Amino acid sequence: MSYFTMSKLALKWAFTKPVTTRYPFEPRQELAGSRGWLVFTDENCAYCNVCAKKCPTGAIVVNRAEKTLAIDHLSCITCGCCVEVCPKDSLGLIPSHGHSQVTKDHEVFQKTGKAST
Amino acid sequence: MSRTVIPFGPQHPVLPEPIHLDLVVEDEKVIEARPSIGFVHRGLEKLVEKKDYVEFVYVAERICGICSFIHGQTYCQAIETIMDVQVPPRALYLRTVWGELSRIHSHLLWLGLMADAMGFESLFMHSWRVRERILNIVEATTGGRVIFSSCKIGGVRRDIEAEAITGILKEINEIEKDMRDVCKVFLDDSSAKARLCGVGVISKTDAYDLGCVGPMLRASGVSQDMRRLGYAAFMDIPVEPVTRSEGDCYARCAVRCEELLQSVRIIRTALAKIPAGEIAVKVTGNPNGETIARTEQPRGEVVYHIKANATKNLQRFRVRTPTFANLPAMLSILPGCELADVPIIVLTIDPCISCTER
Repeated sequence: MSYFTMSKLALKWAFTKPVTTRYPFEPRQELAGSRGWLVFTDENCAYCNVCAKKCPTGAIVVNRAEKTLAIDHLSCITCGCCVEVCPKDSLGLIPSHGHSQVTKDHEVFQKTGKAST
Repeated sequence: MSRTVIPFGPQHPVLPEPIHLDLVVEDEKVIEARPSIGFVHRGLEKLVEKKDYVEFVYVAERICGICSFIHGQTYCQAIETIMDVQVPPRALYLRTVWGELSRIHSHLLWLGLMADAMGFESLFMHSWRVRERILNIVEATTGGRVIFSSCKIGGVRRDIEAEAITGILKEINEIEKDMRDVCKVFLDDSSAKARLCGVGVISKTDAYDLGCVGPMLRASGVSQDMRRLGYAAFMDIPVEPVTRSEGDCYARCAVRCEELLQSVRIIRTALAKIPAGEIAVKVTGNPNGETIARTEQPRGEVVYHIKANATKNLQRFRVRTPTFANLPAMLSILPGCELADVPIIVLTIDPCISCTER
């Protein structure tokens, strides 16, 4: 049995730099390998529909005729399955967690490369 | 003396997840505890009819938010057994490392919750401060903080580069020092001991007879750990179960504290011995057969029963989670305790209700 063990620990940390960041003045540092947000680049996309077929939550809808790809970010679980199976490397996961999705709309990408909702 | 029934939960400050107990009390003494569960049932076992066996890894991982990786790993192990898939050794070692990181973050989470239940807020913050560093390692190596999504049938999705291994080893050394500081308070501090020692005692025979698993069983002196079955890299890394003989809340806390350090040692050994090579093999076809997979989760042994009939959807999927096994023991130790000790006793089984109800 010992006494003041917590006091010793508290005292040690009282003179140490805080471990918490001063958000929003100091945003969180992104970790390189983090799966934050699904992004699409249509440069090479063949609209082959493999990503949509393999997506475990059905968050991707591909229209080959109209050359559109739609992502439902509320359904996306950022598992990276689509990124793995894409033969043209048109999909990717960025480490940023800063995006927010507040509506149930799909993010639709036209062949021009512009995203719309 | 008149008896009163006090509802405990499903929403209670000390409960991280909803479980309801009707506590029959006489004065301040608990006479009987009647449980009712089922508040977070999601029907995940039934979902095998909708999701194919490859997609189901993601569902298995979501059975529990804390031991998610080990759930995914157990599911993959079961499918690999049915399909006779030889997982590359490097993948087995990576699974071991992530499994142990998962155990550390689960135990640190539990220690924080336990400190919170005792009213020891500063210790709660310190436990979770250390846990945050573990979560950063997990996020950097797998991409997810809680749901790792790094295990797949036939291996793992991501590799850990040699440079990252050096970084992890360095970070783990620092974390170990922090963990020792926090554990010292739990194990030596007079106020923590006053709340834990001699509370919720369960004997070795009772713990075994009531089907306890994991730290709950080991704290009563039974040396049982599923890692000794030799799954993943435990074939090469021997594990000696951490046991205590007291069987009280303090013993359960001490077992988990010691297991933190044991997991650090396992991670160090696994990263030192990790073989080079592939991290996954291609798996084709559909599973056909029936199997049982058992692994050691932070809360104890989990059992998966899987039945497949050569179609892409499994025929039957059943999980026996550690909390489900520990609930009868918890109900047996509650009668006779003080009302103020109920939160401590309930927490020492490390209840994971999402797992239990699936």
